[in-house]
Amino acid sequence: MLERIRRVGSVWQRDLEAFLRTYRVNFIPPFIEPLLYLLALGFGLGTYIEAVDGVPYPVFIAPALVSISVMNSAFYECTYSSFVRMYYQKTFDAIIATPVSIGEVIAGEMIWGATRGVIYAGLMLPVLILFGVATMPSSLLLIPFAFLAGLLFAGIAMCFTAITPSIETLNYPSFLFITPMFLFSGTFFPLDLLPEVVRYFALAVLPLTHVVEINRAITLEAVSAANLLNLAWIAVATAVFCSLAIRLMKRRLVV
Amino acid sequence: MKMIQCISPKSGGSLEVFGMDVDTHPREIKKRIGVVPQENNLDPDFTAYRNLLIYSRYFGITGRLAEERADRLLRFMRLEEKRDILIEKLSGGMKRRLIIARALVNEPELLILDEPTIGLDPQARHLIWETLRGLRAEGNTLVLTTHYLDEAERLCDRLVIMDHGRILVEGTPADIVRDYAGNEVIEVERTENTVACLDELGVAYDLAGDMLQVFTDHRADDLVGELLDLCRHEAAVTVRPATLEDVFLRLTGRSLRE
Repeated sequence: MLERIRRVGSVWQRDLEAFLRTYRVNFIPPFIEPLLYLLALGFGLGTYIEAVDGVPYPVFIAPALVSISVMNSAFYECTYSSFVRMYYQKTFDAIIATPVSIGEVIAGEMIWGATRGVIYAGLMLPVLILFGVATMPSSLLLIPFAFLAGLLFAGIAMCFTAITPSIETLNYPSFLFITPMFLFSGTFFPLDLLPEVVRYFALAVLPLTHVVEINRAITLEAVSAANLLNLAWIAVATAVFCSLAIRLMKRRLVV
Repeated sequence: MKMIQCISPKSGGSLEVFGMDVDTHPREIKKRIGVVPQENNLDPDFTAYRNLLIYSRYFGITGRLAEERADRLLRFMRLEEKRDILIEKLSGGMKRRLIIARALVNEPELLILDEPTIGLDPQARHLIWETLRGLRAEGNTLVLTTHYLDEAERLCDRLVIMDHGRILVEGTPADIVRDYAGNEVIEVERTENTVACLDELGVAYDLAGDMLQVFTDHRADDLVGELLDLCRHEAAVTVRPATLEDVFLRLTGRSLRE
């Protein structure tokens, strides 16, 4: 078991070192992104919005911005970046010639995707604190939770990567899944505004809704029993998608 | 090859490496082999040195041991000056050498090479041959596939010629050449006159495009004389030692293999 963790870790460490090698580029998005959204939507558009459910608009969207950033970093890491490593760079082929198995490679990749989510959440937090839109110290919880949320999106992403015929077709999940989720998961307006059917649909199949609800409960210090359901949904979906991803990848790569 | 490396599942029969079944002990086997794949799959995100360190880690080799080994292997493959250079800046020959260095990080008991010098210039090929012979001299077991028959002739103690998944011949390169192509080959231009004359003399020959080839055991000189005299052959006659390439072409035919 310990050996297995070490082997998964060796894949994870490879990705971490590649990320740190270009850290200057990689560390910019988590600073810029929330800054732009907060300025344009929070303080720009937000001046027309008095409050959402009694909460100032910038404070309302702040946890959603963290959720979106975690989603994007994990999802795009385990789709486009993993696909490049797998298909173009043949990195996975090189690794599985060693005692590291294909299942361990994929596990390492997904855990790295989740880690990237954690790094981004950690880098965004100071910006949010600076704008006074995240309460401390409870908001520190955003960081560990980003790992679970990141793992969920990494697992989903890796399933797409395992079945995509080419890098172009990865645009489908990006446009048809990530973009709608970005807009309709209670991110920039409350879910209650949606027609009831759509709302239940969002809760059932859009993972981001659950992540946003938990992150919002954290930053507003308003944790409720309903969040346990969110957490359960995320835990089950993460387990399902991560194991499915490993299974699909074995089918793709073991020939 | 991929089945020996425990990467592809076995398609049939039984296969053991180091006396272990590939289906039940892939990890133990992979720990003890080094693989030089045909395509370049070095990690482009890192330098030559980091490539070796990161690859060592997949085997559980870390710290000082990994660092010392990486430096030693870079020296062994004459890449020490490229230590901190990114992969994309290396030439084709350097990449191949680095892949061989990488295959040695776990000090394998068996080194598997798939077309190790494909697409390289003569200098780079010779350098790689030299290092492979060095490894062989140290007592390492090397298994290599190649389409370059001069490479097989130079490097192999034991050679297997395969075609469409079947073993055609097996033995030392010298034995195989002697048994299947003789000592020397006489090549003459293919003219009706010569063909008729050889038929009359009862000399066996092979057709190779617009040339005729006669494979002989010893008496190449006699035959050349006969050819010139009896057949009044006027075009050039070449005599050269038989090679593995002759064997390969004789055994597998001259039609293109797709």
